[in-house]
Amino acid sequence: MSDPAVDPEEVRHVADLARVDLADDEIERFTEQFGDILDAFEALDDVPETEREADLSNVMRPDEIRESLSQEDALQNASDTEEGQFKGPKVS
Amino acid sequence: MTAYNGYVTDETIEGAEDGPLADTTVAVKDNISTEGVRTTCGSAMLSDYVPPYDATVVQRLKDAGATIPGKTNMDEFGMGTTTETSAFGPVENPVAEGRVPGGSSGGSAAVVAAGDADLALGSDTGGSIRCPAAFCGVVGIKPTYGLVSRYGLVAYANSLEQIGPIAPTVEDAAELLDVIAGPDEHDATTQEAPEADGSYAAAADGDVDGLSIGVPTELLDGADQEVVETFWTALDDLEAQGASYHEVDLPSVEHAVEAYYVIAMSEASSNLARFDGVRYGQSGGYDGNWNDSFANAREEGFGEEVKRRVLLGTYALSAGYHDKYYKKAQDARAWVKQDFDEALDDADVLASPTMPVPPMKRGESLDDPLTMYLADANTTPVNLANLPAISVPAGETDDGLPVGLQLVGPAFGEREIIRAGSALA
Repeated sequence: MSDPAVDPEEVRHVADLARVDLADDEIERFTEQFGDILDAFEALDDVPETEREADLSNVMRPDEIRESLSQEDALQNASDTEEGQFKGPKVS
Repeated sequence: MTAYNGYVTDETIEGAEDGPLADTTVAVKDNISTEGVRTTCGSAMLSDYVPPYDATVVQRLKDAGATIPGKTNMDEFGMGTTTETSAFGPVENPVAEGRVPGGSSGGSAAVVAAGDADLALGSDTGGSIRCPAAFCGVVGIKPTYGLVSRYGLVAYANSLEQIGPIAPTVEDAAELLDVIAGPDEHDATTQEAPEADGSYAAAADGDVDGLSIGVPTELLDGADQEVVETFWTALDDLEAQGASYHEVDLPSVEHAVEAYYVIAMSEASSNLARFDGVRYGQSGGYDGNWNDSFANAREEGFGEEVKRRVLLGTYALSAGYHDKYYKKAQDARAWVKQDFDEALDDADVLASPTMPVPPMKRGESLDDPLTMYLADANTTPVNLANLPAISVPAGETDDGLPVGLQLVGPAFGEREIIRAGSALA
């Protein structure tokens, strides 16, 4: 294999990028499993470059005001709201 | 509730009084939104989530007079091949004691196999309808991408997944497809199927006289011997009814399962970023900043398989690895499409075992995710190519374990695979 095996630091880094806290035992397990899984993904190196179909087109609708969820419905699953708005932690 | 844990929620939703599905119960996978009835995706993250609207397919079921008896158990967010990763506990295979029902729509296949619902809806991202249909001895259809609206389906990997029917017979599955198929203004990826005569149910006439079947040899290599024997017996049965078969070469499928997982995990890492615990889902609390709260909500709310896929997807898309994994996977996807199109120029349908193995024992595959991923080798190419496929019961192993046969058709060729499948079940 061309790349070194995945190390715990790398798993921690990716977990940080993905905004997922991990327990220490999860980091240990994932480090081992990711090595195996990424090794298997190396099989993609044998795939020839292939021309992709270009027959895609955008589907647009008129930009018009339509019926939507009420503010009350949109907020009903939020754990905290204030004055008709979602309330969340500070951004930074 | 059921002894085998098939339902997450057994709240009944009544449909219209009349319609083609009046007096019919249709269980719905718990990643499909039902207004006023909780929709958990098998996740602790959404254990209290109650959608304020119906998915289009649910609206169509209600309009057709169906009664929804409950929301079925599933692998968390559709991520699994065994229905053991649900936060609400694993499902047992009702027709094979001690075995898994297949996943991720394991609850939907199980309640149909056990007779606790007449029909069910599942969703199929890499085989999640066909796998449990095969393991539970029932019929499952993964429709052509764009035939069935995904509006209200909680997204896992948008470019791959479709909602589809699970039923005891091919004709029953086709009747349910008739109700849910068709364009939807809420989903711009839906389209009108090309002109074709009659309903999908009418195509279930069992007439395979003159049908040409291609058999991709790559999908038989490495499969369990009893599965392969059962597959060939079923093909002999179709031949006796007037079909013919020839072997075809699909070199691209050797790489399909890896390409599938790279693409699905990448899309999952993006899709699941919406679960921040602020608008819905488990809250991460309000101490610290948004990043801390977000990471905390996701540690507590997501199970291990979901975290594994979100992290691997993030890895595959991250700087330095995008070309190595994601771009190569897209090349593989284009190659698979080409391969299938060419094979279907010379055959009406392609046939293979649905799963290379009989239903696994419970707990067997959880410790080794890679082994579980590789079990999807026969189903994932179809999703990469956006084609329709059906799994029908092909017979049983000597131990009485169900074996499924998969038939793949050209885009919007649902009637071909329904016709062919109806000659077997």
